[in-house]
Amino acid sequence: MRPILMKGHERPLTFLKYNRDGDLLFSCAKDHNPTVWFADNGERLGTYEGHNDQTAKLWDVKTGKALYTFVFDSPARSVDFSVGDKLAVITTDPFIEKTSAIHVKRIAADIKDQTDESVLVMKGPRGRINRAVWGQLNKFIISAGEDAIVRMWDPLTGQEIMSSRDDDNHKKQITSLCLSTDGSHFLTGSLDKSAKLWDSRTLTLIKTYVTERPVNAVAVSPLLDHVVLGGGQDASAVTTTDHRAGKFEAKFYDKAS
Amino acid sequence: MAMDIEATAARLGVDLSQVDWDSIRLPPGEDFGVVSDDDDLMEEETLEFDQGFGNIVVVDNLPQVPKEKFEKLETVIRKIYGQIGVIKEDGLWMPTDPATEKTLGYCFIEYNTPQEAELARDKTHGYKLDKSHIFAVNMFDDIEKFMKVPDEWAPPETKPYTPGENLQHWLTDAKARDQFVIRAGQDTEVLWNDARHLKPDPVYKRPFWTESFVQWSPLGTYLATIHRQGAAVWGGASTFNRLMRYAHPQVKLIDFSPGEKYLVTYSSHEPSNPRDTHRVVINIFDVRTGKVMRDFKGSADEFAVGGTGGLTGVSWPIFRWAGGRDDKYFARIGKNVVSVYETETFTLIDKKSIKVENVMDFSWSPTDPILALFVPELGNQPAKVSLYQIPSKEEIRQKNLFSVSDCKMYWQSTGEYLAVKVDRYTKTKKSTYTGFELFRIKERDIPIEVLELENKNDKIIAFAWEPKGHRFAVIHGDNPRPDISFYSMKTAHNTSRVSKLTTLKSKQANALYWSPSGKYLILAGLKGFNGQLEFYNVDELETMATAEHFMCTDIEWDPTGRYVATSVTSVHEMENGFNIWSFNGKLLYRILKDHFFQFSWRPRPPSFLSPEKEEEIAKNLKKYSKKYEAEDQDVSMLLSEQDREKRRLLKEEWESWVNKWKKYHEEEKLEREKLRDGEVSDEEEEYEAKEVEYEEILDVHEEIVSFDFEQ
Repeated sequence: MRPILMKGHERPLTFLKYNRDGDLLFSCAKDHNPTVWFADNGERLGTYEGHNDQTAKLWDVKTGKALYTFVFDSPARSVDFSVGDKLAVITTDPFIEKTSAIHVKRIAADIKDQTDESVLVMKGPRGRINRAVWGQLNKFIISAGEDAIVRMWDPLTGQEIMSSRDDDNHKKQITSLCLSTDGSHFLTGSLDKSAKLWDSRTLTLIKTYVTERPVNAVAVSPLLDHVVLGGGQDASAVTTTDHRAGKFEAKFYDKAS
Repeated sequence: MAMDIEATAARLGVDLSQVDWDSIRLPPGEDFGVVSDDDDLMEEETLEFDQGFGNIVVVDNLPQVPKEKFEKLETVIRKIYGQIGVIKEDGLWMPTDPATEKTLGYCFIEYNTPQEAELARDKTHGYKLDKSHIFAVNMFDDIEKFMKVPDEWAPPETKPYTPGENLQHWLTDAKARDQFVIRAGQDTEVLWNDARHLKPDPVYKRPFWTESFVQWSPLGTYLATIHRQGAAVWGGASTFNRLMRYAHPQVKLIDFSPGEKYLVTYSSHEPSNPRDTHRVVINIFDVRTGKVMRDFKGSADEFAVGGTGGLTGVSWPIFRWAGGRDDKYFARIGKNVVSVYETETFTLIDKKSIKVENVMDFSWSPTDPILALFVPELGNQPAKVSLYQIPSKEEIRQKNLFSVSDCKMYWQSTGEYLAVKVDRYTKTKKSTYTGFELFRIKERDIPIEVLELENKNDKIIAFAWEPKGHRFAVIHGDNPRPDISFYSMKTAHNTSRVSKLTTLKSKQANALYWSPSGKYLILAGLKGFNGQLEFYNVDELETMATAEHFMCTDIEWDPTGRYVATSVTSVHEMENGFNIWSFNGKLLYRILKDHFFQFSWRPRPPSFLSPEKEEEIAKNLKKYSKKYEAEDQDVSMLLSEQDREKRRLLKEEWESWVNKWKKYHEEEKLEREKLRDGEVSDEEEEYEAKEVEYEEILDVHEEIVSFDFEQ
């Protein structure tokens, strides 16, 4: 297997996502220009230009046209569409005096009807909320972030339905969260050097994967019983230690053991 | 607990808010079924020295003077006591008789700190002001104690004998395992090294067991812990009980005598006058009774090791013990003297120190009462290394050395050889080169041999004797990758000459770790070499294995020489923890622990077997080991069986969980379709990349083209 190197961003990458078919790869970076690539050959298909701070934008994948801009009063951190694409959940960071929040927006079938209005805004967790995703049949929103607690919210009432138990919790900030393909379980990665697999109906802890370094990113294999943890030391410590001590590696674990 | 009290109070009609809790006194020995969990705490508190009047001394036997001479006497006293410490403002009080206005012949002096007061007592008790006035100085706090002493002697009570625990029970482990202690985070833990099961087996764990470090006694009987109030030792047959405590406020360092009869403790205290040097307090305790056998107090300068370049600070241990298990002698170095004490009376041998002009360093033979001293060059006098027999203090051997810049002494573990590494100046004095003086201590007249490296300019990076053996290893060289040479003090054809066995070229090593039973050696590349390990067999002169424990900071062989522990302590941020290896370099298991501070094997006392018996066992090892090999086999079979079983169960559990979900997922299929407005997108197909040619007419443009007919 030969790696395909895709060059195009001018600032560090923040997020990668394949489309459902797997033929397109979308990349985001701090340079404000989301880019789409052919997954097969790494050829750049186009960029989505015109993004700015403290907003979430809805784009037309095909034409690259910005359809709508949701404006927030603090930086937007993550987005996720519900099953059926009728709703989107967007998290925003704590900023100056604003606390972090989870916003639910209705995505109109016709862009002419799209409004900026949030269906719901949920607040409560302290610190940044790094991810919020839709749970089973859009009945939940699952969030995780700096306070190290996994929470489930009711997207109709905005109430917190449940949160992970104290003994199960991560000990440090949760950096990433990834849902399995069928939505039955999800994986969280944390700076406490572990990743945890949770049941997405009951929020029971299924497995804990202990590693030797802070976990920055996690992924669940869509086909096999594998999970992948990517990690390394804090960026601030990189220059102070030998490159091998940093251990920037991806580790594969068998889900079951 | 509080609920119980409230309920009981309500039943008895007691208004709790009216109760003065402090006035309640329980009958002695009664706790009404309430077990206090702060017993330990309260006990420890009583140990803290009383802040009351600990800083006041009473000076008796002063002259009784009339009013006119009061001021003069006061000046004299102030001069004597002001030298020792800072007397508090209004801290000198000399009472007078109101009738005669004469002084009463005593006074009180209050210092800033109890340490100064104690020093004043120690230094001036017995001070001769003149023939008829010899000072009697006491601590103010002690006066009350002395008053209580009954005038008549009563025989001490004889306590019935209570048998103690077997403190060496760990040696009787049926699996012949060894123990080790680790400190990580707030926990200190003792574990068995269960190499068969490839994991440690817990023995005892306690959070906040010590305030700084822990230390095994040399024969492994005790584990010492360090606290604000003093040191303590722990041990026992099945667990770790506190066996004895040694009060020494702010103790910083400890050292056991080799036979673990005595414990030396050290503390250093800020002077109240910042211009003074630190005050040093050293106590020597009897380990079993807890009694202070001797104490030493003074300024840090008095305990600093002398040297040509002035004081080099206190180097621990200040008192070094003579070898052997009988703990008979200990010694320290001072300015131009070496003071040797014996433990019968805890005083200097012959009541005087050995005078050696300019002495810089000394060391004991590990087995015999022989002292080796190093004296550097001074004026016309050459440098020398001398051996002294104790207690006769007779110089039994001396070697003069010229152009010496430094010397370091290395004793072989059974006291047979002494190697002195001598750094000498070259003729130009610009650089130094190194050679060795090898003493054969057990031979008649102690012959000395000189060994120089083939390349005289090579720097010596490390030197180590083979324990119980006759070989040594040297890391030398100027290159980034140094060489390692092995020498023997006796080879088959040359029994009384040193000879080289081999040299290994360009190794990534800077430290040597011999197995305690000899024969095997780890060539370690620590620090700059990032934790390279080479397991080397010196009998066969071959490498058994090479490995790496990345960033490894510490290496320690177990006392039997069967296993090695390598650890990364908290000097590094990442990968803290330890690895256990077999003697031949096979990684057995690896434990990661954040904030890992210390790893220490529990030492074993020397074997009771005679060398002949040991040799006999070594010869018939095959016969003896059969039984153990069979056991090993069984355990490893069982382990892999258990491991497979565990995996199978995990797999099954996971599959049943997945299947349950699949069912739900199937059931919810319709709901999902509804959410997607009837789109069926559950079934996934692989996408196909198709190339589609797509033509679009952008523009149609007509243009008249002129023809040229001249072909």
